[in-house]
Amino acid sequence: MPPLLFYLFALITLGFGFLVVTGRNPVTCALALAASFVGLAALFLSLDAYFIGVIQILVYAGAVMVLFLFIIMLLDIKTEEGKKINVPAIVSGVLLAVLLTLQIIAVVGSTELANKTSQNTPLALAEAAGKIGKAALPTITNDLKTGTLPDAKLIGFTLFDQYGFHLQVIGLLLLVGTIGVVVLSKRERSAP
Amino acid sequence: MITLGHYLVVSGMLFSLGLAGVIARRNIIIVYMCLEMMLSAANLALVGFSRFHLVNGLPDYTAQSLVFFTITVAAAEVAVGLAIIVALFRSKQSVDVESVTKLQG
Repeated sequence: MPPLLFYLFALITLGFGFLVVTGRNPVTCALALAASFVGLAALFLSLDAYFIGVIQILVYAGAVMVLFLFIIMLLDIKTEEGKKINVPAIVSGVLLAVLLTLQIIAVVGSTELANKTSQNTPLALAEAAGKIGKAALPTITNDLKTGTLPDAKLIGFTLFDQYGFHLQVIGLLLLVGTIGVVVLSKRERSAP
Repeated sequence: MITLGHYLVVSGMLFSLGLAGVIARRNIIIVYMCLEMMLSAANLALVGFSRFHLVNGLPDYTAQSLVFFTITVAAAEVAVGLAIIVALFRSKQSVDVESVTKLQG
């Protein structure tokens, strides 16, 4: 990815993220968050994580944001105006954020690992086809031989090959979540 | 040239923005949005490490599986959290964090 595009999408992600934190109107914040997630999805695509990028747009910018907007409009939340500003909370929040950012920049600057680029660690698809060999499905090996990265297939293969149990636990979590939501939003009946 | 460090710094800045929002904002829904931002920032760091840690010449798909699980958990968390917010709004008629002080000593 050209550096210019990286900076553009990083700017979109962080700029709209800033708008989420500072916006007064919840609807503005929700739409800014959707835009921020689209920028983040573009960064995922630039890291050759096509499946995760698409999932990011579908789940976050799609489903989650619709849920947020639905709740904001259902509860009819007004812009917070004329409320006194909570100065200690804002000061401590900004201070913590700045400190954390500086720490991360310091750590990243002090490690050799951070100097890896897509030039000095290129994907070796043809070699990978040979190395994976019989362990993978033929469709993955064929894709690798033709020089395309079968991203979704490889994630699916990893998930079902190594993390089958975890996948079922996640399924159970979603079931529990669904039941929890139904129980929470059921209107309580007065005792008979 | 864009290095892994660039992605990690963007991820860290996004996380810090979310943290600042969680601490400073008083609207529960916006606090939730900032939580989602922090989760996504962690995902960006994971995907960055995945791309630059090659296994057999391919990205490390263990990290991307973890991102998949994180996104699933985040979706479940949003569903339950928003249901709690609706229940809270029903009893307090407000989404301000300072309207919920019953557990305060």
